[in-house]
Amino acid sequence: MKNLLIGTAALAMMAGAAFAESHSVVRLGTEGAYPPYNFINDAGEVDGFERELGDELCTRAELTCEWVTNEWDSIIPNLVSGNYDAIIAGMSITAERDEVIDFTQNYTQPDPSAYLALDGAEVDLEGGVIAAQASTIQASYIAEMGATLVEFATPDETVAAVRNGEADAVLADKAYLQPIADENADLVLLEQDVLIGGGVGMGLRESDGELREKFDAAIQSMKDDGSLNALIEKWELGATF
Amino acid sequence: MFGFCTDPSSLDGLAWLACYLTTGKHMAIYWSVGTVLLLLAISAPVALAFGFGAAAAARSRFLPLAWLGKAYIAIVRGVPDIAFFLFFVIALDQAFEWLRHKVKCPDWDQPIRQGNDFVVCADAKLPLGNAAQWVHEVYGFSLAVLTFSIVFGAFAANVLYGAMRAVPRAQLETAEAYGMSPRQSFWRILVPQMWVYALPGLSNLWMVLIKATPLLFLLGVEDIVYWARELGGAKTARFTDYPHPDWRMWYFFALLVFYLGFTKLSEVFLDRLMARLTHGQATTGGEAQRKAA
Repeated sequence: MKNLLIGTAALAMMAGAAFAESHSVVRLGTEGAYPPYNFINDAGEVDGFERELGDELCTRAELTCEWVTNEWDSIIPNLVSGNYDAIIAGMSITAERDEVIDFTQNYTQPDPSAYLALDGAEVDLEGGVIAAQASTIQASYIAEMGATLVEFATPDETVAAVRNGEADAVLADKAYLQPIADENADLVLLEQDVLIGGGVGMGLRESDGELREKFDAAIQSMKDDGSLNALIEKWELGATF
Repeated sequence: MFGFCTDPSSLDGLAWLACYLTTGKHMAIYWSVGTVLLLLAISAPVALAFGFGAAAAARSRFLPLAWLGKAYIAIVRGVPDIAFFLFFVIALDQAFEWLRHKVKCPDWDQPIRQGNDFVVCADAKLPLGNAAQWVHEVYGFSLAVLTFSIVFGAFAANVLYGAMRAVPRAQLETAEAYGMSPRQSFWRILVPQMWVYALPGLSNLWMVLIKATPLLFLLGVEDIVYWARELGGAKTARFTDYPHPDWRMWYFFALLVFYLGFTKLSEVFLDRLMARLTHGQATTGGEAQRKAA
């Protein structure tokens, strides 16, 4: 067994040596399951607001970028252990996350979160059962509110839970829930919105200050010339800058 | 894929389904079936080799080697699979990168662990940051194969260790009486006879290995379970040409059929193998074969 381990390590080293050039490709990690921010389109490629934004940012910062999908649950651990270089996955900037990773400036306004429930259902937001995706700002918000929180690994499962009666309502970004409410007659958005989070930004390793500055400058330039607002309007993400 | 798929909203019935099932995204799930089969094809023999090595080591008269074999079997069997999988993939990856870092960047002056970050020099990254995506995928897959092999190797080792002890002592004594060295009697007498005792346990392991392949999903390899969940989820018309409600049940049902079919096929094959190995053996099965003939 030992020989095999050493053998594999040696092989890996040799394989690596073959294309050892500069660290020129920036790998962008996303979830691919949160339209309109990011999703996998019919062709099997990453698509959505953040796809267009990320490609534009990379052009402006003169970086070669590559898209990678990763589970939401482990998206931060995989960033800090170096499997990709930036998170661009509809991740709201919070103090809690900021302790572990660094954020660029926000590229969306603090987005209102909304509740989605079955049409005609009486939802008790204080004491009912509310679904949210695990490790999101919405999940911690519900936990603080005192309602019973049920967490799911993917956003899609949270909506399915409302449909099958497991949860009374789901709390998520309004931009995500709006198209679902529009297309399904049995689901409606509740009237009250909740404002949580400090807007969405890109997440980077704390030791990667240089890359963060590049993206920060690129986001600033998109804010300045209005192209970011155009993208936000195109994907119907709510308030512009 | 087909010519008539340009406007899916105008199609219905079989034509719609034909287009739907051949989108680029569905091709990914078909590929991932291949990934699962490849994983099985590689990790089963490697795990068997690990198991054989460990079982032979555990029987060794050279004590440190025996301890090593026994420790491997005991530790890996005792730790929950999932804990082991999650730990090993991260630990192996970081161990490789650390080794490469020591070799390639000797004059690096910053610490490797900076708070939460694991930072090695760009040359030591594995795979390199600028390598193509498929290289990253192959690397992730290889880590998964290695982890599967280590975990299932320990179980195989235990099975083989037991099988080696089940071979009648008289057989080995006879070999010694013929003047065979320990090495000769191990390879010529013990190993050929032990398979028949090992096979029931090994076939069990094979079944468990087949069923454990969805753990790939845990290791970040996009396998059939990942795609079934992703494809089955409800889709709204704004983001796809093929909107549909929550179809996860159908996708998971297809997985169920796939796994059942695959294990059934394995059972048929293993039964035949068992009949073949039993032939001429001094076991009840062998005796029954002899009488029937």
